[in-house]
Amino acid sequence: MKVLTTNYITCAVKACKSSSAAFPLHFKDAELVQEELELNSDFIRNVLPRIEWPALVTTAVELGFTTLPSTKPAPEQLDEKMLQDLHTLLVETQVTEGKLVCGNCGHEYNIHQGIANFLLPNHLGINLPTPFV
Amino acid sequence: MSRPEDTLPPDLFYNDSEAQKYTTSSRIQSIQASMTQRCLELLQLPGPSFILDIGCGSGLSGEILDEAGHVWVGMDISASMLAVAIDRDTTGDLLLADMGQGVPFRAGTFDAAVSVSAVQWLCNAESSDVSPQGRLSRFFDGLYASLKRGGKAVLQFYPKNELQRTMITGAAVKAGFGAGLLEDDPETKNRKVYLVLTVGSGGELS
Ligand SMILES: [Zn+2]
Repeated sequence: MKVLTTNYITCAVKACKSSSAAFPLHFKDAELVQEELELNSDFIRNVLPRIEWPALVTTAVELGFTTLPSTKPAPEQLDEKMLQDLHTLLVETQVTEGKLVCGNCGHEYNIHQGIANFLLPNHLGINLPTPFV
Repeated sequence: MSRPEDTLPPDLFYNDSEAQKYTTSSRIQSIQASMTQRCLELLQLPGPSFILDIGCGSGLSGEILDEAGHVWVGMDISASMLAVAIDRDTTGDLLLADMGQGVPFRAGTFDAAVSVSAVQWLCNAESSDVSPQGRLSRFFDGLYASLKRGGKAVLQFYPKNELQRTMITGAAVKAGFGAGLLEDDPETKNRKVYLVLTVGSGGELS
């Protein structure tokens, strides 16, 4: 799973949708690979406004990347180097094994061979009258 | 020919051998590719986009998205299909997930969504505690929220009958989508149905 995707994915448990503790999901025992992919500058420019920057900083630190600026670069700051750095982190850095853990309900989503398992037992997937804890 | 939806749930139907058969059939490959191209044509995306592929299977459609310069995330309920996708070195992120349980992304994530030959599966309820209506509404509500304002989805599907077609379209409209059905080659055996959905760009999402 790309770092990009982890900035958008949420806990699948209904009751967590409205909880701020549920985002971002947190990595546990993550194994990383870097896959070299061609830089797509227009794509980076397109998604950057939709990136939740504080969540990205949190995720990056969890994965051992501590050099990310603390605020989101403005469009005019997107020079070749900044685009390449963002591409490397968001698109090329991928978690192949490990877990994503919800900070609200504690549900652990397994990642195996890069595939995250978001299947829920039926009782969690449906709209329950009382929040699941 | 019997419809696979009528025999087994998708995670059981697409076991390892079916997944392999499906992916290596050159007829299926070319049909999937042309339907994905049609989806892209209907989406009219202005540039490299972030796309959700619903029922991505072994990544046949994702390959087309990739060639067009897009970045995609695929959801599928069949672990066997996703295993084939891994073997084929697809570039998209893969999620083992049931679209009938919702779309686990925050609001406004994707520029667009595509789906090839998958959403008719939503009309099958595999156990007594879930209904097709419930699964359809969780899917379309989740899809609607996951798309950005002005975002679009094009879902090719095989409605079994008029009732299914109405049920699926109705659930999309109820979720808030502007919806239209488009038919290619109507009245032929190659008939293809596309549900074209738009998220209004007005103030309904805040
Ligand atoms: Zn949760």
